Amino acid sequence: MITLQWLYVLAGAMFAGFAILSAADRTNGKRFGNAAFWGLMALSLLAGDLIGDLGNGLLVLGLAALAGFGFVGRGNPATTSFAEREDYSARFGNRLFLPALIIPVTALFGTLLYNYSPLGSSGLFEAKRETYVLLGLGVLLALVTIFVWLRPPALAPLQEGRRLIDSIGWAAVLPQMLAALGVLFAAAGVGDIIGGLTRSVIPEGSVFLTAAVFGIGMALFTMVMGNAFAAFPVMAAAIGVPLLIQDYGGDPAVIGAVGMLAGFCGTLMTPMAANFNLVPAALLELKDQYGVIKAQVATALPLLLLNIVIIFVAAFR
Amino acid sequence: MNYWPLLGILLVVAGFALRLNPMLVVTVAALATGLLAGLDPLEVVATFGKAFNDNRIIAIVWIVLPVIGMLERFGLQQRAATLIRSMQKATTGKLLLLYLGYRQITAAIGLHSTAGQAQTVRPLVAPMALAAAEKEHGELDEKTAEEVKAMSAATDNVGLFFGEDIFFAIGSIVLIQATLATYGINLAPLQLAVWAIPTAILAFLIHGARLMLLDRRLRRSGK
Repeated sequence: MITLQWLYVLAGAMFAGFAILSAADRTNGKRFGNAAFWGLMALSLLAGDLIGDLGNGLLVLGLAALAGFGFVGRGNPATTSFAEREDYSARFGNRLFLPALIIPVTALFGTLLYNYSPLGSSGLFEAKRETYVLLGLGVLLALVTIFVWLRPPALAPLQEGRRLIDSIGWAAVLPQMLAALGVLFAAAGVGDIIGGLTRSVIPEGSVFLTAAVFGIGMALFTMVMGNAFAAFPVMAAAIGVPLLIQDYGGDPAVIGAVGMLAGFCGTLMTPMAANFNLVPAALLELKDQYGVIKAQVATALPLLLLNIVIIFVAAFR
Repeated sequence: MNYWPLLGILLVVAGFALRLNPMLVVTVAALATGLLAGLDPLEVVATFGKAFNDNRIIAIVWIVLPVIGMLERFGLQQRAATLIRSMQKATTGKLLLLYLGYRQITAAIGLHSTAGQAQTVRPLVAPMALAAAEKEHGELDEKTAEEVKAMSAATDNVGLFFGEDIFFAIGSIVLIQATLATYGINLAPLQLAVWAIPTAILAFLIHGARLMLLDRRLRRSGK
């Protein structure tokens, strides 16, 4: 059976490749910082289950220290020039989109085929994880296609991947850190405290008001945390699971999915979501650093209201 | 009730407000929250590490980077630019509406890293939106130009946020699934992803209507 473990090995090997190539990149003044950072990510993916909870904790502290104290920089792997890319684009035309489509098509149709054909009972893939396994398969298929068609240098996938991961930098690890922060908040009872505070303002038995407090709470807590990923476990523990799902019998798929989207409405309205709201203001040289947020409020607020309506109508139909 | 752990939230807010490195802010807030809840220091580090390890699936998404990078190497972005340029008879609003739809659909099929604020908005979308606005409105004053640029960035965010959750192999869907699983509620990613569709349609209608209103304002105030 192909399990998630295979994917962790694949991703871990990739990060190990990034680490080794980073260490050898003399154009990057912080090359050993980068090598250590991506090396720790490789270790986490390859051996996370072997090094124990405390080992993982020290690993995370290492990642945070490397990123937080400025040891991670940006490598300059050799790639093609703008002129060469224009030239390739003209030469290959729209066929260039085909390898890009291999990954989503493999993941999407593979999942549908697997779930709606006898293949699903074969036990080939780990249960409920087939999409991720197929995503990995799609990546490998796309790479093979590109190699057969375009014949790039052998190390090109790792170097180009390193170019992109370096442009994202530590931000690539932040969602996972925020998810872990959410777990710690839950362990410390933050969800219970907020749940207690919010529950005290909800009239007993009012499903609509409970749904409204859940949606608005997702948005507000996302604005505070800068990320719906951190807000979701807290609001799920506070209101989503105990009240909406267990007490009122709401559909967990609707409450989970639309609750997260209510959080995204908060993401549109907060400077804490720096990547989306402050970075583009700088990129576009806006005078007002909150200009992008101001442009988004009038979309976010009505959408938040409608998300609450969807939860109320669809989860309790 | 022990309310001290709420200080962790305050640390996050303060850290971001002071523009400290988010990795440090998150780590310090996590450690402080655990300690304030009365856990011992080693236990806090171990809990944080276990949670990080349990959420490794979020890191799996990065395995697409080598493929995206290779396609960039062979001119995918330039190809996408050519394709969008060939649709250029539009006004600012129509152009951004088209981009909104493009962004939502590509995000919905997992191609969210093929566009973005740095890759497409700055070099392509914002300049095209500005050029289209000048066609309607004549020379733009600073306030109008800022508004068009801000709306270009906003359109990218709205399209990404309310498209990507339809693609079931994305971090947020995984997180919802993993969180609910801790309560014994087991859902397949596809069951969650379908419920992203109504909001995606509403986001398109609301933001699209605002883009059409922007067009009208530009036309009225022009020349």
